[in-house]
Amino acid sequence: MASRARPLGLAAPALAVLLLALVLAPLAMVGWRGAGLSLGPADWAAVRFSVTQAILSALFSTLLAIPVARALARRHFPGRGVLITLMGAPFLLPAVVAVLGLLAIFGRSGLLNSALDAIGLPTLSIYGLHGVVLAHVFLNLPLAVRMILQGWQAIPAERIRLARSLGFGPAETFRHLERPMLREVLPGVALVILVICLTSFAVVITLGGGPKATTIELAIYQAVRFEFDLGRAAGLAAVQVGVCALAALATWVVTRPTGFGAGLDRRLELDAPRGWRRWGDGMALTAVTLFLTLPLLAVAARGLPGLFDLPASVLPAAGRSILVALVSTALTTAIALTLALASAVRTRPLIEAAASLPLATSGLVLGTGLFLIVQPVAPPMTLALPVTILVNCALTLPYLYRILLPETRALHADFGRLADSLSLTGWPRLRWLILPRLARPLGFGAGVAAALSMGDLGVIALFAGENQATLPLVVAQLTGAYRMEAAAAAALILVTLSFALFWACDAGGRRAAA
Amino acid sequence: MQKQLLAAGLLFNALPALAETPVLTVLTYDSFTSEWGPGPAIEKAFEASCACDLQFIPSGDGAALLARVQLEGAASDADIVLGLDTSLTSAAAATQLFAPHGKNPTVNLPVEFTDPLFLPFDWGWFAFVFDKTKTAEAPKSFESLAASDLKIVIQDPRSSTPGLGLLLWVKAAYGDRAPEIWTALADNIVTVTPGWSEAYGLFLEGEADMVLSYTTSPAYHLIAESDDTKSAAIFDEGHYMQIEVAGKLAATDQPELADKFLDFMLTEAFQSVIPQTNWMYPAVTPAVGLPEGFDTFKPAKSLLLGPEDALATRHAALGEWQAALAR
Repeated sequence: MASRARPLGLAAPALAVLLLALVLAPLAMVGWRGAGLSLGPADWAAVRFSVTQAILSALFSTLLAIPVARALARRHFPGRGVLITLMGAPFLLPAVVAVLGLLAIFGRSGLLNSALDAIGLPTLSIYGLHGVVLAHVFLNLPLAVRMILQGWQAIPAERIRLARSLGFGPAETFRHLERPMLREVLPGVALVILVICLTSFAVVITLGGGPKATTIELAIYQAVRFEFDLGRAAGLAAVQVGVCALAALATWVVTRPTGFGAGLDRRLELDAPRGWRRWGDGMALTAVTLFLTLPLLAVAARGLPGLFDLPASVLPAAGRSILVALVSTALTTAIALTLALASAVRTRPLIEAAASLPLATSGLVLGTGLFLIVQPVAPPMTLALPVTILVNCALTLPYLYRILLPETRALHADFGRLADSLSLTGWPRLRWLILPRLARPLGFGAGVAAALSMGDLGVIALFAGENQATLPLVVAQLTGAYRMEAAAAAALILVTLSFALFWACDAGGRRAAA
Repeated sequence: MQKQLLAAGLLFNALPALAETPVLTVLTYDSFTSEWGPGPAIEKAFEASCACDLQFIPSGDGAALLARVQLEGAASDADIVLGLDTSLTSAAAATQLFAPHGKNPTVNLPVEFTDPLFLPFDWGWFAFVFDKTKTAEAPKSFESLAASDLKIVIQDPRSSTPGLGLLLWVKAAYGDRAPEIWTALADNIVTVTPGWSEAYGLFLEGEADMVLSYTTSPAYHLIAESDDTKSAAIFDEGHYMQIEVAGKLAATDQPELADKFLDFMLTEAFQSVIPQTNWMYPAVTPAVGLPEGFDTFKPAKSLLLGPEDALATRHAALGEWQAALAR
């Protein structure tokens, strides 16, 4: 076993070290240029608010996702496949686009308040901590649903059959099958969402309603841009990384493998209980469908009028974005699979850290640090696209890793010994065992990575020269020049392209797995 | 293969020719260089006379620009930095990366502005913009705004230059009474956005009655969209100004060309492009005059803190703002 695992065994730690370097070297560079770290009381207030909203957002997203994922796992209805695919959409929205979509429903002159007003009820304000959490749930609940749904689908048919023959009711099924599965899947889901929300910036400020809704990322912004206090920026970024590391540690302590063991691989779904549970599932699905589609429809409605009136630069920018997305996705998928396979045998802290930290780094500090590193070597403009690809790679890896890890663990537990005894190693093992067994999560993960790479502004703003803009940058430029209609249309194109990439990968994976 | 060799040969032949054309690099904000910004027309006009290649490097907004200059230090490839405003020039001067321009041009600003390092290229007044069809009566001052139940959306002074401009506006108009004004305004503020575009977008979506923008914003809607419903509220206490400036970097390898560009900046060819691409007032009024809508909203009084005052005031003003709005 040890000898056979060696090539992979060396590649994974090497990749992990490279990743850590990619994340920590820019941070160190910024800290070094800033000569020491320093934080004031206002910074700690920002840390407190960031952590509070991130915990609440992760908690609500994860808990609300459970009934939805369960309903999707055990019910069949027309449009189920569409709904599952649609779950990818909100996650891919650029923050500002998502906020405007939500405001069309929950804003002061949104649908909800217009309806409340029409029937004489007092209107509700979305601005405040609850609005921030609402937006984060909108953005992240679908991701949580998809990740948890994978857990449900991974319960072996033999276990379900055993439960049936033992006459398990819904309560026993929950205790013996669903609870252990959730115990394995939920901590990772919550961690990913917590860390995403921790570094969220535009959503928190715009919906926060005032200066008390301040995040670490805003403080970093202020430190770099207005004060050029790089020490403070690095200090804040280090705190952000620290909080993330703590959360990752907690996840690691809480997670327990299910120990369900291998099955014969015939797909079987849990029995769908009748009675009130049927209604409950129906309500969960209806509520989530409305909650997700209404703002999405608003985004589409905002974008359509300007569609025929777009500036010419949108086309090459879209091409550049797709190129960046495809290259970063290929890279990320390969790296994430290597890391997740290496972690399947036993938990490796180095790999865990490398695969979680990138999410927690501040985009601005990462960009600034890379800029400081690159600038003495070459004009930053010439490296705009490679750097963007690299950063996208680092930033999307944690999602893919989290999506793959439960599956590689199950794969190792179920098939590891058999494959070893057959001396199935190297390429044949990848070709005949790993890729076919992991097609579904690989497709989903690659879809998420591709779409995120499309939408992520990342560091491009700092590096891009003339005629190098990606689509998100063009959207930003259009909104900066009063052209809100054109910006909404360009954003719609961005979202559609992201979604198409996501759908192609996701459907490809599901088809390969079927 | 043959074709590739030919192409490679052509490229090699072309390179020395390119190298002989001097390149002037101008670091500026994103929207200046975009195809609907002033950049393309200005590049064409300058290149027609300079026998050089004018290249823009876009870099975020005004504040990001200063950070970029500081990051690059003396190693910067840029020759000119264009797009800082007067709330940043003091910090920019302190970097000692800029060289004196040595010019004394005549400009049409409502206030006296001379700076040894920076030359103005356009300017504007901050103002609250509203929709005439929805808000019948606009407030005449911060105090009447605070007393009304109008909802406003503003920008965060920690991430946005207009947000910082508003902070300095209240401070310049009310001095020590600024915290009181902010406390009174707190219940009017729907939310604070990270930048100008989010705030303006929210306003256009109907989330707020008014948005902090410029007196020239209604002119954009009038000219580009034939929409005359937008208006700017004129305040009795005066309006704070944003003056956008450009400066020459001391480490430039094209000092003559950089000087030539700074001269060009205040000529008709550059200035006449500004109103309908940057939607600001040109520093030198073009011979053809200003487009329609630029004369509609003119404050009687202009407010501006000197660069040193702006820098010195900022920290305390920010503290007051946070305290008043944190409720």
